[in-house]
Amino acid sequence: MAGLETFYEVMRRQGITRRSFLKYCSLTAAALGLGPEFVPEIAHAMENKPRTPVLWLHGLECTCCSESFIRSAHPLVKDVVLSMISLDYDDTLMASAGHQAEAILDEVMEKYKGNYILAVEGNPPLNEDGMYCIIGGKPFVDQLKKVAKDAKAVISWGSCASHGCVQAARPNPTRATPVHEVILDKPIIKVPGCPPIAEVMTGVITYMLTFDRLPELDRQGRPKMFYSQRIHDKCYRRPHFDAGQYVEAFDDEGARKGYCLYKVGCKGPTTYNACSTTRWNDGVSFPIQSGHGCIGCSEDGFWDKGSWYARLTDLKGVGFGIEANADRVGMAAAGVVGGGIAVHAAVSALKRARHKDADQQSTPADHNNKGEAA
Amino acid sequence: MSDISPALSAPTAPAAAPIPEGRAAAGRRLTTLYVYEAPVRLWHWVNALSIVVLCITGYLIGSPLPTLSGEPSAHYLMGTIRFLHFAAGYIFAVGFLGRIAWAFLGNRYARELFTFPFWRKSFWRGLFVEIQWYMFLKTRPLKFVGHNPLAQLFLFWVMVVGSLFMIGTGFALYSEGTGMGSWQDTLFGWIIPLLGGSLSVHTLHHLGMWVIILFVLVHVYSVIREDIMSRQSMISAITNGYRSFRDDDPD
Repeated sequence: MAGLETFYEVMRRQGITRRSFLKYCSLTAAALGLGPEFVPEIAHAMENKPRTPVLWLHGLECTCCSESFIRSAHPLVKDVVLSMISLDYDDTLMASAGHQAEAILDEVMEKYKGNYILAVEGNPPLNEDGMYCIIGGKPFVDQLKKVAKDAKAVISWGSCASHGCVQAARPNPTRATPVHEVILDKPIIKVPGCPPIAEVMTGVITYMLTFDRLPELDRQGRPKMFYSQRIHDKCYRRPHFDAGQYVEAFDDEGARKGYCLYKVGCKGPTTYNACSTTRWNDGVSFPIQSGHGCIGCSEDGFWDKGSWYARLTDLKGVGFGIEANADRVGMAAAGVVGGGIAVHAAVSALKRARHKDADQQSTPADHNNKGEAA
Repeated sequence: MSDISPALSAPTAPAAAPIPEGRAAAGRRLTTLYVYEAPVRLWHWVNALSIVVLCITGYLIGSPLPTLSGEPSAHYLMGTIRFLHFAAGYIFAVGFLGRIAWAFLGNRYARELFTFPFWRKSFWRGLFVEIQWYMFLKTRPLKFVGHNPLAQLFLFWVMVVGSLFMIGTGFALYSEGTGMGSWQDTLFGWIIPLLGGSLSVHTLHHLGMWVIILFVLVHVYSVIREDIMSRQSMISAITNGYRSFRDDDPD
């Protein structure tokens, strides 16, 4: 009767005290950006609601999302949410395997029809009828469509499921396709990042399970609570940006002093994620804090938008050379146009001088005739 | 040609001053017309100045100046540069809105900037003649009270469409700082996912700057050249509003 257990019962069964449970509720409320008045609401929901099963599918991916997820800094989140998911289906984490595992999938789908949440890690390749990713002897795209059919909502874990990520980078030989372009009739929550932050993942799941509704999404389908601001907006090196103090090269004086990494290609100003506030591994650090610019892994197409170490994106994808950026293209064009103007001006002056000579030798009537002929 | 002559022979057009009788020596009358009203001229120069500020500061945002030493609290260089960019951007955008309003309030030449007479045959004929004039295939261009068709082509596609693009992408990027729910985000935020994300919009905005710089190069050159070589004045028209013609020949 696992299906009728509430979150609280599952927690208690795992030996978690009520005190720890309430601590978890208040920490979750804080992580979700909710006020303290929501703590009892979360506790109440967890105590009374039968849990919603989550089916976790894996397509073309590297499992870094799962790796991140199981390292969630808050151990209770991991214990609670992860154990409940593994009760159902996650082929890389669950104990069972093979036919037994696939049977669980069918069972949950039938038992909780229209009530389970589908979490997708990775994406389906569509070329060659999806043969580049086979799960249980069948193309992943088929499994995805089958499980999505009766799901309440779909969570796209990571940049693979949300945007395509590395396997969809040019030239994308397998035609790896993000989930929202395959599943068109279900609400989809994108949780991009390569991988997403563990607390963001558990936060999204906890929100959906406790409140029984989707988190508020932005225009691109990402939960606003974690993706409404850029890394840059909350970066602790931001004062150096505003002051005009940059790392000019790795290992220079500025790098040792912790100046802004903008000039060495930090993508913080164009990347929406919670790294600069939540940080990673129990809040230990995040890329910028360890001296490397953000690579923008939670942004669409980050593999194809130029060097991670240059501020201006190169334009090789749109037909310019590998070294071309907006400034080089612009300056080259300005050079060509400037040269053209110089030549044109010279010819104009020459023509005008000749014309004047001719004018002086002719009568005004001639001039008028010439004008009309022109 | 036919689209020009009605303009010339239509002093009844609103706000177009009646053709003053010039020096009447031997029946010659050199015509001067009031073409660009004060708000148009004011907009032109405010716009020109804001473009200069926007290009310089915009370039410096993309490629910042060398690092300053000392405490960050002692400097606000990038902050100042960005402030100037945003302030000039607001002036540029408000000026553009004002210019649109004046298209409705002003004379017929105030509307010219925003109309691209795609279906008017005489426009394309005039454009062809103007291209020939620029290719030195004609010794004498046509006469125009407003913009010549070649100028109109560039003004519409670079200055009107280009400005709209720069204002749209500019405010979309600005909305990233003002945050979700701000009016900039509500009005312009949708542009970012439409054009493929924040970084792509930055790159397109940057390329847009170069398109405008190219336009300015060509614009300044052709205005000076036309002022010397064409049959009507250019620089006086955008400073005091009056355009004078150098001959009284038809078209």
